[in-house]
Amino acid sequence: MERETSIGKKADEFLQMFKKGEEFTQDLLKENERLRFKLAQLEEAVERSGDEAKIRLYEERIKITEDELNSLKERFRQVEEENKDFAAKYVEVEDENNNLANLYVASYQLHSTLDFNEVLRIVLEIVINLIGAEKFAVLLIEEKTNELIPVGTEGISIADVPKVKFGEGIVGTAAKEGESYFSENMHNNRGSISAENPIVCIPLKIKEHVIGVIAIYSLLIQKEKFSNVDYELFNLLAGHAATAIFSSRLYTQSERKLTTIQSFLDMLKEKPRR
Amino acid sequence: MPNILVVEDSPTMRQLIGFAMKRIAGSKVIEATDGVDALKKLSSEKVDIILADINMPVMDGLKLVSLVRGSPIYKDIPVIMITTEGAEEDRKRALAIGANAYLPKPIQTQELIKLVNGFIGK
Repeated sequence: MERETSIGKKADEFLQMFKKGEEFTQDLLKENERLRFKLAQLEEAVERSGDEAKIRLYEERIKITEDELNSLKERFRQVEEENKDFAAKYVEVEDENNNLANLYVASYQLHSTLDFNEVLRIVLEIVINLIGAEKFAVLLIEEKTNELIPVGTEGISIADVPKVKFGEGIVGTAAKEGESYFSENMHNNRGSISAENPIVCIPLKIKEHVIGVIAIYSLLIQKEKFSNVDYELFNLLAGHAATAIFSSRLYTQSERKLTTIQSFLDMLKEKPRR
Repeated sequence: MPNILVVEDSPTMRQLIGFAMKRIAGSKVIEATDGVDALKKLSSEKVDIILADINMPVMDGLKLVSLVRGSPIYKDIPVIMITTEGAEEDRKRALAIGANAYLPKPIQTQELIKLVNGFIGK
């Protein structure tokens, strides 16, 4: 009986222990569940915070890319502007090159000979081909009579160009004052050509000494107006043509005198015939 | 290496055109003073393009073009007329005879270089 009581007591104790174990297990399971839930929450939070970081990173990258794009656009605009500048400068350089070639050729040709007629022909060629004049005359001052005498013409007969008194009319005044004359109505005056009223008159000067003028009466049909190089050519003609004409005239005169003297000397050297 | 025949009675214009043509890489300029001289040069040298004036002594540019176009050997050589004759009827006449292009004087060298380059395929 005592033994039965002891076994019953032990069974109760075991049962108590088992219940405690069950409770403990239940508690562990709950704790486990709670921790799982907590872990899941934490994992979700970590994951969410990772996405935000990525979004922030992407946003920063987009901003950098946008800044780079804007910078490139600005650089592209600047390069385009530079290109336009270069293109404009290239055209300017080409024009300048063209002008210099014209001036060089004109100057080279003017000083290529000492023959007066050749120099005169070159002056006419330059005025026709490089300036684009259709009808014009070269008049030189005759010191003895103080008149401007036509010595070469193009597109107009030399007989149709009158002699001009120094200081009279447009041609005479240009010669006297040494200043170029450009008509206000520069455009072609075809059909109404007057030898007394040229549209352009360029005095040929050696320093301040005028030796003659180039009088232009009309321009070629395709020549609408004078360009910068035309004015440069007029300046060149004013000086270089004058020098070339003057020196070729002197040379021709001295050649003639030399021939005369030489003939005279030859005559003197000849032995008298008996 | 294009050979360019410049037919001009004016030494000034020959020199100016020669200057402009030097800017075409490798080009060689052959000069002739009139149409007859040009025909002589054509028979002795290979020519890729002709630049000819109209008003010239001995034989003018229009006669030269008609002879070139009538020749089985030279008929395909491009010809550019460079002239003081700027009227539309002059241009039409030159093109009708067989000129490929018509450039009135005074010339713009850039325009001439562009034209020549167009014909010689540069």
